[in-house]
Amino acid sequence: MKMNLQKISDRIATAAIYIMALVTVLPLFLVVGYIVFYGFKHLSFELITRNPAPVGEEGGGVLNGIVGSGIILMISMAIGIPIGLLGGLYLADSPDGKWKHIIRLSVEILQGIPSIVIGIIGYILIVLPMHRFSAVAGGVALSMIMLPIIVVSTEEVLRMVPVELREAGIALGMPRWRVNLFVVLRTGLGGVISGILLSLSRVAGETAPLLFTALGSQFFSFKLDRPIAALPLQIFNYSISPYPEWHSLGFAASFLLLIGILAINIITRTVIERMNYKNG
Amino acid sequence: MKPRLLSGDNIFRLALFLSTLCIVGLLFLIFILLLFHSWPSIRNFGLSFIWTGEWDPVNDKFGALPFIAGTLITSFGAIIILIPFSLATSLFIREYSPTALGKIISHMVDLLAAIPSVIYGMWGIFFLVPIVRKLELVIVMNLPAIPLVTGPPYGVGLLSSIVILLIMTIPYSISITRDVMEQVPTDLKEGAFALGSTKWTMVRKIIIPYCKNGIIGGTTLALGRALGETMAVTMVIGNSTNIPKTLFDPANTIASIIANEFNEAGGTLYVSSLIQLGLLLFLISLGINTIGRIIVHKTRI
Repeated sequence: MKMNLQKISDRIATAAIYIMALVTVLPLFLVVGYIVFYGFKHLSFELITRNPAPVGEEGGGVLNGIVGSGIILMISMAIGIPIGLLGGLYLADSPDGKWKHIIRLSVEILQGIPSIVIGIIGYILIVLPMHRFSAVAGGVALSMIMLPIIVVSTEEVLRMVPVELREAGIALGMPRWRVNLFVVLRTGLGGVISGILLSLSRVAGETAPLLFTALGSQFFSFKLDRPIAALPLQIFNYSISPYPEWHSLGFAASFLLLIGILAINIITRTVIERMNYKNG
Repeated sequence: MKPRLLSGDNIFRLALFLSTLCIVGLLFLIFILLLFHSWPSIRNFGLSFIWTGEWDPVNDKFGALPFIAGTLITSFGAIIILIPFSLATSLFIREYSPTALGKIISHMVDLLAAIPSVIYGMWGIFFLVPIVRKLELVIVMNLPAIPLVTGPPYGVGLLSSIVILLIMTIPYSISITRDVMEQVPTDLKEGAFALGSTKWTMVRKIIIPYCKNGIIGGTTLALGRALGETMAVTMVIGNSTNIPKTLFDPANTIASIIANEFNEAGGTLYVSSLIQLGLLLFLISLGINTIGRIIVHKTRI
């Protein structure tokens, strides 16, 4: 009898786990499916060749947002990549100690800071002294989110580089900096770049840090010291607006952003997995 | 040969040190800037800022209680529902599904985590909120007034925010839980089967106890995410500065009130109150994340 009870509860538990796993995975299809369906419907060539049309007019595009996002991301990469790479190199290279522990802790805390708080910091740090919202402020804010991600991924990849390679370089009398840059970093370069791309895909969709820094703009601009449009900001503003034409633009912009981010993710994850497979 | 001061190695070491200094310095800078700029508000309201329920920019009266309440209700609401689903999905990936299918689901969950908050928000506005509104209407029309689940069916409000936070944070929790479950030694599991236990008994007696810390830690880290989540919540929570009384009420979280009002805020005290809210959010999520990390690290050793 007891055996029976166990078997019954096993059946029930199995069924419950199957159903709950299905319910958990379902939203991915719902979210991606919904955005792809409505985004695709409103997709047009104008989307990437024109700036937003005034309210009430059909058509228009998000060219200024794409260019603006590109500019902001360039600025954030220019700050985040060098510091992040060096930080990752330091963590992978140096022996355990107090300073290393402090850095690890700082990186972990930085990763956990809510993005809206980063937005406030960008505002205080750049917008207040400049008396103006600007592309630079947006880039600086995003770089603060990018930095800890690059440090962590760089360290993880460089740790997988066999220690024999490092030792061989030193045994040959290479200076330490050459070993680090031309042996260790060179070997792990694919993984390091994948990590950078993943961090890029993460910040490309960030909206909250741009609200009080880049601000957004209806116009096309290359000026670094002026407010600038960004794709995620446009999605936000269009979707909370009351105009159906803007909703359509928002869906189309979401589609572009979603496809871009998912593509980067899928490609880089596949590359990283291949590398892990080769090494392990 | 004398060692040169400006040798490649020294320059390299200096560059590494400066970069780490930047990282640590940035963290200090963030904390000090938040503290400095929220000082007018801290001096004016003191600790009572935390339990004052009034948010009245016109008369320069600011209290954080409605937003602390909104943050805690939405985050904890989402996390409580999250626990069984995250557990079930992790079990499915590790124990119940064929390896190939488990891998696919694992990847899908990772992708779910990569979707930007603002896209979840857009989906929330156009897909989720209308459904929640209908659901609220059905509940209000057909059931007697139960406290907490009653009120005008706006659609936007705490309930929608809980659902969207649930969908957004579950990938983090699953990715940690499934990694911890991978570490359960195979001989323990096989031992349980050899003793004639069913899979469910094995899960209950071996996997769950073995992974207890990892599950709690992963859930805590997901909670940290939920607390600071901004855009999606801002778009579906309805933006009210009153203390919410039922789950149907529009409200605001700390993050969403900042997102909504920071650019329009005029006057030192107003801006500084919003920055103090940011400081508060920073400290709350720092605390929760630290607890979560300590628990997770404990399991890994």
